[in-house]
Amino acid sequence: MFQLALARMREFYREPEAVFWVFGFPIVLAFALGLAFRNAGPGELQVGVAAGAAGDRALVASLDSSPRLAASVLDTGEARRRLRTGRIALLVVPGDSLIYRYDSTRTESRLARLEVDDIVQRARGRRDPAVVRDDRVAAAGSRYIDFLIPGLLGMNLLGSGIWGVGFSVVQARQKKLLKRFMATPMRRSHYLLSFILSRLVFLILEVAALVGFGWLMFDVGVRGSWLTLAGITLLGAFAFAGLGLLVASRARTIEGVSGLMNLVMLPMWILSGTFFSYARFPDAMIPFVKALPLTALNDALRAVMIDGTGVAALGVPLAIVAGWGALSFVIALQIFRWR
Amino acid sequence: MLCRGLTKRFGDVVAVAGLDLTIAAGECFGLLGPNGAGKTTTIEILEGLTAPDGGEVALLGQPWRDGAEGRALRERLGIQLQDTQLADKLTVEETLALFRSFYRNAHGVDEVLALVELEEKRGARVVTLSGGQKQRLAVACALVSRPDLLFLDEPTTGLDPQSRRQLWDIIRRFRAAGGTVLLTTHYMEEAERLCDRVAIMDHGRIIALGTPTALIASLGADHVVEFALVEGAGGEGLDADLRGLPGVKVARARATGGGHSLTVAEVHRAVPALLALLERRGAELSLLTTHHATLEDVFVSLTGRQLRDP
Ligand SMILES: Nc1ncnc2c1ncn2[C@@H]1O[C@H](COP(=O)(O)OP(=O)(O)OP(=O)(O)O)[C@@H](O)[C@H]1O
Ligand SMILES: [Mg+2]
Repeated sequence: MFQLALARMREFYREPEAVFWVFGFPIVLAFALGLAFRNAGPGELQVGVAAGAAGDRALVASLDSSPRLAASVLDTGEARRRLRTGRIALLVVPGDSLIYRYDSTRTESRLARLEVDDIVQRARGRRDPAVVRDDRVAAAGSRYIDFLIPGLLGMNLLGSGIWGVGFSVVQARQKKLLKRFMATPMRRSHYLLSFILSRLVFLILEVAALVGFGWLMFDVGVRGSWLTLAGITLLGAFAFAGLGLLVASRARTIEGVSGLMNLVMLPMWILSGTFFSYARFPDAMIPFVKALPLTALNDALRAVMIDGTGVAALGVPLAIVAGWGALSFVIALQIFRWR
Repeated sequence: MLCRGLTKRFGDVVAVAGLDLTIAAGECFGLLGPNGAGKTTTIEILEGLTAPDGGEVALLGQPWRDGAEGRALRERLGIQLQDTQLADKLTVEETLALFRSFYRNAHGVDEVLALVELEEKRGARVVTLSGGQKQRLAVACALVSRPDLLFLDEPTTGLDPQSRRQLWDIIRRFRAAGGTVLLTTHYMEEAERLCDRVAIMDHGRIIALGTPTALIASLGADHVVEFALVEGAGGEGLDADLRGLPGVKVARARATGGGHSLTVAEVHRAVPALLALLERRGAELSLLTTHHATLEDVFVSLTGRQLRDP
């Protein structure tokens, strides 16, 4: 079994593309998304002021003086184009009664409307009756990157489990290597276990690479215990290796298994809250989304990394992950095509 | 090794149709036959990889069973399959290390590399090997278990003559050490040189069984004269005239190409007589060859077809 696992690992690291997709890609993704969303807030909002009407320059100056807005004078055609392409959030047409032109479905535009209206009204003499004071919270753990890294970790465990196991099984079957192994006294269980063993070794590297990267580049820490994190990733890797075996248990060709893999992974990538919270889906869908193994794993990873939750409080998601894994293994063993 | 009444069908195709075989310890036995004759199906049933639809198999005195008994039997077998491709990314040494790890009492990697003379390729990846080297590696994976029984399915198909000879040497050395071999092949020459006994298969049945010498002797004469005529068939009653020539045992028109083939005891008498006959009939030769009778001719005389597509 050790030799089988060793062979598996050798085949993997001698495949530069596979190494990139497993290690490089999530890091590139984390880097790009981390940069794109590096400020928690929207930053300076771009607004336009329609040229021609009286007082346009003065309005631009007063809007620009707000730290949250950047304003410029635009002629009609240019203004329309920028509004359409989202380069300005809002267009103000000055005059005795002003016009705000914006797309009310864009959060940015609605924010810009509030800011601009505030400045305009105050400039015309509005006084605020209530005294308020802002108390801003910018703790580590609430940024997008803090949300993203555990999600990427979950996605990576899913991908490398299913790809890593699925492709090698089907390739061995297609090349009749599986049949050749069957002609030796090799135990079938050893063959399947060798996948888990080799996944284990790569798992350590994968987790270390992604978590280490998040920590070095973006200061994404692990609030909870490292041991818990290790345990959860281990469980996740087992579960997805099981799912990979299940996906690969019958397929005879690489093309066939690729289709199946996409069928399994695509819904989870979208639904399981890797890039954005699944709370955005309609309430009726949430129970189904929560029953997916990647959702459960992502929830557990975020709980440990962001909130510092202990294992005891993670019973439900971990049971879901373990259940998927165990069920997949058992079914895979039953229906596995050994030749 | 023993099998009785073996049958296997795939849908409408009957791959093996009631096969009986007994192979003694220490013997080298060859299964010959054209494409689709059922050789691979037969050998894989014997290897316990395919379940037969009917019949019994016993290897080294045991039938195939699941679990520990089956594994114990596998410890004593060496198997090379017709269509296995070994992992491209592993080196020769790593591949052998993997296969030897499956057996309790295996050869060392060095020993088996020496057996197949692949020492200088030890660190090379499998993708980079030539066809002959790959085939020798496949045989090495079969030999690594120190088998009592070696199964080789078309070990030399597609190889150049030199690689073929190297493999023959490997097989001969294995036999010299007391091993039993079952091999399949399309090559008559290979069977004649290597095998103690051969079975000729066609459509899932054995149509001839014996030592190569005995099978060739069964033709009744040990030379074959083949000829073809410019004008095709050569006229009425040619076959009867041919049979009347001195020293000719069998005359037949070839199914393909319009040629004729004569099985002949004495070439020096038959050929002049043949030429004289054709002269009288006014037929012109476009081809004339003679050779020693081979297993190929045995197959042709039994089925009227060539063993390999020309
Ligand atoms: N898995 C299968 N499914 C369907 N038909 C099969 C299968 N395996 C073999 N056959 C059929 O059974 C027959 C015998 O095939 P087999 O592979 O035993 O022939 P063979 O003598 O080894 O031929 P070759 O010299 O080409 O290797 C063929 O007609 C083949 O088409
Ligand atoms: Mg075959």
